Amino acid sequence: MTALLAVEDLSLGFATEAGFAAVLDRVSLSIERGRVLGLVGESGCGKTTLARAILGVLPRDSARITGGRVWFRGTDLLTADPEVVNRTVRGRAITFVPQDPFTSFNPLFTVGEQVMEILKWKSPRANLPAGRGWLPAVVSPYPAERKRLDFDAVIELLDAVQLPRPDQLLRKYPHELSGGQRQRLMIAMALLPGPDLVIADEPTTALDVTIQAQVLGLIRRLATERNVAVLLTTHDLGAAYEICDAVAVMYAGQDVESAPVDRFFAHPAHPYTKKLLASLPRADGTASGIPGEVPALIAPPGGCRFHPRCERAAGPCREARPPVDLLESGHWVRCYHPHRDAP
Amino acid sequence: MMPGWRRGLGRFARDRAAALGVTLLVVLIVLAIFAPILAPYPGDVADFHTANRLHAPDADNWLGTDRMGSDLLSRIVFGARITITIAFVAVGSAVVVGVPIGLLAGYYGGWPSNLLMRVSDIFLAVPQIVLAIAIAQTLGPSIENVILALSVTYWPFWARLVFAETRSLKNEVFIESAIALGASPWRVMVLHVLPNIASSIIVRTSIGMGGTILTAAALGFLGLGAPAPTPEWGRMIAESREFLPEAWWYATAPGVAIFVVVMGFNLVGDGLRDFLDPRIRRGASGSGAGGT
Amino acid sequence: MTPAILPAILPPLLGVRDLRVHFAVRGPFNRRIGSIKAVDGVSFDLMPGEVFGLVGESGCGKSTLGKTIMGIHRPGAGEIWFAGQRIDRLSPAARRAVRRSLQYAYQDPGASLDPRWKIGRSLHEPLVIHTDLDAAGRDARIRDILEAVGLPDTHLDLYPHEISGGQQRRVGLARILTLHPKVVILDEPTSGLDVSVQATVLALFRSLRATFALTYMLISHDLAVVRTMCSRVAVMYLGRIVETGPTETIFERPRHPYTRSLLAAIPRIGGARVTRDFWLQGEPPDPGNIPSGCRFRTRCPKAADLCAREEPALSTLGQSSVACHFPD
Repeated sequence: MTALLAVEDLSLGFATEAGFAAVLDRVSLSIERGRVLGLVGESGCGKTTLARAILGVLPRDSARITGGRVWFRGTDLLTADPEVVNRTVRGRAITFVPQDPFTSFNPLFTVGEQVMEILKWKSPRANLPAGRGWLPAVVSPYPAERKRLDFDAVIELLDAVQLPRPDQLLRKYPHELSGGQRQRLMIAMALLPGPDLVIADEPTTALDVTIQAQVLGLIRRLATERNVAVLLTTHDLGAAYEICDAVAVMYAGQDVESAPVDRFFAHPAHPYTKKLLASLPRADGTASGIPGEVPALIAPPGGCRFHPRCERAAGPCREARPPVDLLESGHWVRCYHPHRDAP
Repeated sequence: MMPGWRRGLGRFARDRAAALGVTLLVVLIVLAIFAPILAPYPGDVADFHTANRLHAPDADNWLGTDRMGSDLLSRIVFGARITITIAFVAVGSAVVVGVPIGLLAGYYGGWPSNLLMRVSDIFLAVPQIVLAIAIAQTLGPSIENVILALSVTYWPFWARLVFAETRSLKNEVFIESAIALGASPWRVMVLHVLPNIASSIIVRTSIGMGGTILTAAALGFLGLGAPAPTPEWGRMIAESREFLPEAWWYATAPGVAIFVVVMGFNLVGDGLRDFLDPRIRRGASGSGAGGT
Repeated sequence: MTPAILPAILPPLLGVRDLRVHFAVRGPFNRRIGSIKAVDGVSFDLMPGEVFGLVGESGCGKSTLGKTIMGIHRPGAGEIWFAGQRIDRLSPAARRAVRRSLQYAYQDPGASLDPRWKIGRSLHEPLVIHTDLDAAGRDARIRDILEAVGLPDTHLDLYPHEISGGQQRRVGLARILTLHPKVVILDEPTSGLDVSVQATVLALFRSLRATFALTYMLISHDLAVVRTMCSRVAVMYLGRIVETGPTETIFERPRHPYTRSLLAAIPRIGGARVTRDFWLQGEPPDPGNIPSGCRFRTRCPKAADLCAREEPALSTLGQSSVACHFPD
């Protein structure tokens, strides 16, 4: 079965004052339709950059893609016509739920105006014009018939995300809503164009734990109901456990392991994954950290970037990046000395 | 003293505009200090030679002569003293009065600070030059009154500026934690708040000097500065009016002098802003938990 | 889990009685049109040597409570006692003396450093303010503290932006400890940190507590952290404490419906998925508009008429207390 999204050996970096920061180093991942993939990693691992690369919203002047492909529904997004990608993929086939719902809203307009604005351009009912149309965006007309249908779709979706009294809510300004409400609204806005893939960047990090549980459950339910794939980036392993079908781990711009969720938590193979799971606080108070610090990406360690902090590191680890080692169906790891299951 | 100042100094030196500004200011100060030595006809500050009046610039008088026959170049060089005195004293006293008021008002808040700020607002509502004219006219024409008028109308600007910066700085974690640690208000204001707003004050002081010189020249032009024969630049332009456009050098020389000096202060101010701020901005580091 | 190791006959170090902190909501012309009852009648004791956890979600008032104890906010009513002395009504000068023994660690202790001061100078400052030690005496103390937090002496000549975030954090903590306080209030010490860094930070707190015989009040919304660090826990909701007790009891046998919902929301890796059947609906009500009677009743599955009429008081049973008309 061809995957809906397949990132293949993607490498990119940013030009900074101090040099070229190699933020992603030959990263690969794939998602099937209707599945939820968790992309886990700590700060500096590159998961948000990867999400942006898939969406195609990296800063133009400083970002440089140095290799790899992003296959979506059979097309490589990196080499396709940007005009077509903008019209049909971004905000339509692939949508985005950001980490901080508050700053993603324009404080001067009601949320209703902002939601309808999205639908004006990205509604599944909009005819894709052959050309761009000669009218500037501001004065482009919004056909009344379609507007009514779109509005009904909005109300229906706001109900689905459990926002009470949607018509009243749409008349409010962003600052009048709570964090949980804003995030639900963001999820609704991501689903309105009828996407195949939703990229959710740490969607519950800023939320309280009970709201987090509600929102995670919502994401999972909606994804399954509407057969929408979800790429969920997070540093919260608990959230990944809750709603993901599979989990992939990144460290310092390299992907190091990927497995179906139960297997991932029961038999982590990569030393970093194992240490990460061990550092979760446990009831008896024991929790270990990981000695050392995340490397700077201007001059990253060679080979496997985790080797300076790994007790299993040996010669080959410093030289060349470990190849993909398929341990079991669906579970692969990039390591020369992975933890293997006890026989 | 301040973090990374050595590196910043290097950058400042390489900033050509700022270097030009510094050069101009240094020239001004040297001229002012060594006026009696540098002016070709030092006596021309008071003497006059009517036979020589209104001569165009030539080998004897590089900038020409004025209506009394005095050498313009010498008068301008001596005028530099007046200019510097006005700039430094007026701005200096406005800063010395306005900054502490702003600090106290910003730190303590409450109705006294509101009162002070409203008073400042009243002053700031009127354009500085209008108010300065009113004051100078009431007190009579003299350099001292010009300085007084300028500083009285300028301190509210500093009070307001420092008030706003102090108030916003007060919410910073490190200020709150200094208070939590038991620092007295004096200590917080002088040792923590002031150094952190110093860069803002320094930059604006330099630019403010330029503006003050312009205003002082305007007052002089209107006849509110020192009486003749004081070689005040604004006054010289006023004198030249009736002789224009034939005696073009008479207005041009002091005009260019004013322009050059004000530009010098502005360039130095801009250079200082670049020197002081980006380093601070770059210096602020994040904690270890930002997103990618 | 850290056991409470001191005998119960010692008096509490810190006591809070019916504390209320209200913030005015002002309309046009600065008229007071309502108030946000951030802390609305909180009482508890902090025993010497323990680690006392205060948990709750955003808006529950736990941070406001911590800052009020420190004197950053002024209480509208109630009492705060520290080491036998009432401290909520003190003059600023007397308050400063108290601050020597009662310290507050911000969420990011590194941010508490003046960016224009060298680290050495920042570390000297508390000693300059509060003690008569001469420079040599201060130096000696500071070197001890630096060793305790695991930082080299060379850092004294650096500026905060020249060291990493983790090291800034340690410097911030060192600064608090130079005064050898008795109580340290830790406000969200692990919020926003990566999991592996979090473990290191918590280990640091534990070792500092042992070295300096500190008593902690840990304010956090992260229940996992509270569980591993604290000996006693209080749960706050909308400005009141709804349940307190020893950590094990709270986590294994919670009695208040809100506590149960908090615990039900935590993912359990390796166990059943909690989000599938999570039962708590809706969001906390607006703190400016608190429901009558029990403030949790709008979301509580057990809500009855009594709950709307009467606010339940904290009733004690053994070592725990719960404020509910129908506790488990």
